Amino acid sequence: MNAPQEAVASLRMTYREACKQALRQALLADSRVFLMGEDIGRYGGCYAVTKGLMEEFGEARVRDTPLSESAFVGAGVGAAMAGTRPIVEIMTVNFSLLALDQILNNAVTIPYMSGGQFAIPLIIRMATGGGRRVAAQHSHSLEGWYAHIPGLRVLTPATIEDARFMLIGALADPNPTLIFEHVMLYNMEGELSSDINAVDIDHAKVLRAGTDVSLITYGGSLFKTFEAAARLSKEGIEAEVVDLRTLRPLDTKTILASVARTRRCVIIDEGWRSGSISAEIGMRIAEQAFFELDAPLRRVCGREVPMPYAPHLEDACLPQPETIVAVARELVRPT
Amino acid sequence: MPALGADMEAGTLVEWLVKPGVRVRLGDIIAVVETQKGAIEVEVFQEGVVSNILVPEGERVPVGTVLANIENAPGAASPVLSQNEIAAAPKPTQDALAEPPRPSLSVAPQVPRTKITPAARRRAAALYIDLATVKGTGVEGSIRLADVEAATSAPCATPSVKRGVDLTEMRRAIAAAMSRSKREIPHYYLTETVDLHAASTWTERFNADKAPAQRILPAVLFLKAAALALREWPQFNGVYTGGVFVPAPEVHIGWAIALRGGGLIAPAIRDTDRKSLTELMTAMRDLVERARRGILRSSELTSPTITVTNVGDRGAETVKGVIYPPQVAIIGFGRVVSRPWVVEDRIEGRPLVTVSLAADHRVTDGHIGGLYLEAIARYLQEPEKL
Repeated sequence: MNAPQEAVASLRMTYREACKQALRQALLADSRVFLMGEDIGRYGGCYAVTKGLMEEFGEARVRDTPLSESAFVGAGVGAAMAGTRPIVEIMTVNFSLLALDQILNNAVTIPYMSGGQFAIPLIIRMATGGGRRVAAQHSHSLEGWYAHIPGLRVLTPATIEDARFMLIGALADPNPTLIFEHVMLYNMEGELSSDINAVDIDHAKVLRAGTDVSLITYGGSLFKTFEAAARLSKEGIEAEVVDLRTLRPLDTKTILASVARTRRCVIIDEGWRSGSISAEIGMRIAEQAFFELDAPLRRVCGREVPMPYAPHLEDACLPQPETIVAVARELVRPT
Repeated sequence: MPALGADMEAGTLVEWLVKPGVRVRLGDIIAVVETQKGAIEVEVFQEGVVSNILVPEGERVPVGTVLANIENAPGAASPVLSQNEIAAAPKPTQDALAEPPRPSLSVAPQVPRTKITPAARRRAAALYIDLATVKGTGVEGSIRLADVEAATSAPCATPSVKRGVDLTEMRRAIAAAMSRSKREIPHYYLTETVDLHAASTWTERFNADKAPAQRILPAVLFLKAAALALREWPQFNGVYTGGVFVPAPEVHIGWAIALRGGGLIAPAIRDTDRKSLTELMTAMRDLVERARRGILRSSELTSPTITVTNVGDRGAETVKGVIYPPQVAIIGFGRVVSRPWVVEDRIEGRPLVTVSLAADHRVTDGHIGGLYLEAIARYLQEPEKL
């Protein structure tokens, strides 16, 4: 068994490691924090995020649960009401639907129904997204659905920095918070600057400045969008990349400011197009920045089918850099 | 043909911007008229539908000539009607009032629509570009910003429209107005030296954390102080006509703008006393830019109720203006100079400005003039309240 790793000199780390260090810091900092979920203890988590934490913190604070999302998310709601700070892991967003009643009708609603007598500072982490060839029951991107619900905070860390530090902000929020970790990001490596020890969880960020088109995205699509921006740059088109980071509450101001600069916008969202978060963003731009626009709004979204198992079909269903490049280029230099 | 200056007798209708059948609203720009002060956009002051145009483009007609008829069309009709449709429209009756006629879908001809992006449309409006002359290169052939900007650098999109200022003509207009002023108006002149220590300190602090575009100039403070003082002394705000002074209900200060290459024009900044300093700065920048390009609006030339002239950094220390008839006063601000000044029995270097008033002795006397100058000076001592 590996010894728990320290956050020392090695500032290059994987997204998975950043998630783990965030959890470890939370467990060390506050005795009310505990983890709960399927196979997170002895097995170390289906994506190995919690590996080693049970050995370090014991079975009382890193708890394996039965295979019942409704039961262990419900237990998390109760534990949060009782004054602890539970961090619950759900294997994938598809399985979270079994706990949707607990999330919407209890976690979100109890603070309201109790007239503010109970806060539910519950954090639920879950894996989301496609690309791992695990087919239609493990690969969807439903974070946009959750962003529909008032009273929830929905975080989608895409960078190492956000994976490492968004949890601190979530713990400080008295409201239930969902954190979506994209499955294709866990093995991604990146540098973590040593002078950062917190991030805000209220604002989107412009991660690449550009003048010709805004590419607005989040989560697993961020790095595909970066690749697209690099390719566009070689063609002389400078794209601005906005990482939404938080899907609810949505940082409309940053989105509108970027669109006002570039006057063109492509929204990249792995979720299904109809009724998606990309639709909401597009509508807000149409409502509030209509007169800034110099081209129609465009979207690159997931295909509206259950996720196929075959690799070439799965790839065809997800936003890809070449699609983003083609759509953005057509806005800037129509053929 | 509106009178766009005291001595304008005739104007040339250069371009119609509306066609018969078009619904117009208060303030819409409907035509361009060539005057001695350049091409002026004529705004409409009556709502309704343009029924027929009486003066063709290119014709010169005397002031007062009817240019077009506007009819108050029944409210529920579709926004654009052809002349035949207007003729055929039923006269309002009891029944028609009970149930307004519904626009018929079948009569609307299927005209291919020019696609224009919202940003391009707005820019074109600001630059006075006729989008009918612009070729679109955007998505689905739409006209986009780049196309509008390309059109501005093109030689001349609409050669029939002469925009800009003919300086010889303007010289003639100034000569006529100023001669009339000195012939008819018995001017009296007063000056007052004002300590700008408080105003300068306040302006510096206000501008300290602002981007250059957000900063304000001392001229804005002068303008606002003159406007607020007019509320106390309305005898200077209005026109002398038919042997009597007619006070104006609102304060629209005409701001004297020197044009490059010579010439002078003083269009109105409307409701000067009710605008914030930032709003005045924006209005002033806009007005100066448009005045220099020779594209002012008719209301800006006809509405000034008094004039302020500010010579700025490169002007003389004192300026005594000539009243622009039929106005009854002009206020002048000289160059701001640094001079010794007695402050509580000590001599200090202070920024000073000489404020002058030239006023019509038929309307006011020097005593009131002095009080008005005193009020301006007082407002300038409390810049934070402007």
